[in-house]
Amino acid sequence: MPPAAIKIEDLSVVRGGRPVLHDLNLQVAAGSVTGLLGPSGCGKSTLMRAIVGVQIIQAGDVSVLGEHAGSPVLRRRVGYLTQAPSVYADLSIGENLRYFAAILEVGEQRIGEVVHTVGLAGRERQVVASLSGGERSRVSLATALLGDPDLLVLDEPTVGLDPVLRAELWGTFRELAQAGSTLLISSHVMDEASECDELLLMRDGELLEQTTPERLRERTGEQNLGRAFLSVIKQVSR
Amino acid sequence: MSARITLATARRVMWQIRRDRRTVALLLVVPVVLLVLMRYVFDGQPGTFQAIGAPMCGLFPFIIMFLITSISMLRERTSGTLERLMSLPLAKADLLAGYGIAFGLLAALQALVVCLVGFLLLGLNAPHGAWLIGLLAIGNAVLGMALGLFVSAFARTEFQAVQFMPAIIFPQLLLCGLFVDRHEMASFLYGLSSALPLTYAYDALARATHPGPLGGRVAIDVAVIVGATLIALALGALTLRRRTA
Repeated sequence: MPPAAIKIEDLSVVRGGRPVLHDLNLQVAAGSVTGLLGPSGCGKSTLMRAIVGVQIIQAGDVSVLGEHAGSPVLRRRVGYLTQAPSVYADLSIGENLRYFAAILEVGEQRIGEVVHTVGLAGRERQVVASLSGGERSRVSLATALLGDPDLLVLDEPTVGLDPVLRAELWGTFRELAQAGSTLLISSHVMDEASECDELLLMRDGELLEQTTPERLRERTGEQNLGRAFLSVIKQVSR
Repeated sequence: MSARITLATARRVMWQIRRDRRTVALLLVVPVVLLVLMRYVFDGQPGTFQAIGAPMCGLFPFIIMFLITSISMLRERTSGTLERLMSLPLAKADLLAGYGIAFGLLAALQALVVCLVGFLLLGLNAPHGAWLIGLLAIGNAVLGMALGLFVSAFARTEFQAVQFMPAIIFPQLLLCGLFVDRHEMASFLYGLSSALPLTYAYDALARATHPGPLGGRVAIDVAVIVGATLIALALGALTLRRRTA
């Protein structure tokens, strides 16, 4: 097994007085595309925030690329896409990227590359407030890609995108993994699970299963991953 | 902290302001309109206009920058951009200084316009030079910015943030000595006003707009303004959290 890019031991998080994650243990292999799947509200975003190091945690260890999650050296090595697009709505696409590029010390050329990757080339002068929801989230994704990070934590990157662009982005994610990056991608669309090497199935703040698309299909006897996930939930509830 | 990131942040904040032309126009026009209004409200009492209008030229930037910073920092907090910045190699001081530079420049422009109108067109006197009022205005603006940045942590919505102006700025304006001499207030209010930074900002402006020697008191006032700014910035930095619940 390749070395772990993310290693989580006994992680517990409480938000607003409610336990969101309890005693979570998992590992994510370096260079893999790992899908984090589960119904909304199951703790996917909180887990991602803990990995990026912006979440206050109650117990446990989160280690990322061999460092404590959130340690200063990781700020250049981890790219993070929040669920809601976190870019400046009153700036243009180009201005947003130039600002974040200055923080990450990357040049104009890299800005051109990421704009192309998310399919917004030629529209750099457009103000983010005038973009559609899907376009805004692509600007946010471009920002996360800027620093060419070793680990990309993407919270629902394909939500609200058309099927063509969605397929293109999954192709991009695959290329990034082949180039050596590790990707952790959350989704509640189960048909995207087949694009992943590894799957983390979550429900109610707990990890139900760490598996692969093939093993999940085999074990449940379901070809459709959505139905396979449902049958896992049924088994657990029994 | 890095000069490159600080300047990039200042440039980004200025890009945001520049895009909002109506806000820039309001920033420059509203203080002038208020000053002209004051001039004709006190038409029969030119002494009162001088006593209130001249220091006001240096207080407008304080009030406006407090309001603008508290709203813009609240937006950073609620839009997720602050969380993104805190996950990037940006020091908190870069963010604070970047805001300081951008809003300091904006305040300088505002002070320039209001001082030109006040001292050249409306006949206000600046016996020690209008440049001194301008400099004090910029210092006050940075103080207002620092306070706004700090209080933005206590607002969840923009509705709450705008309420901080009447809650935090108005009492200081009432107590600073601008409308009533502090010695004529109830003694507990005199004590309270001695603990408020705007009292010193006003005192410096009052001395700068009065004939006669400036005196060492102005140096104390400036030191208090700088000290209060640094304390507010430090408190503001405490509210910028890398990790949140």
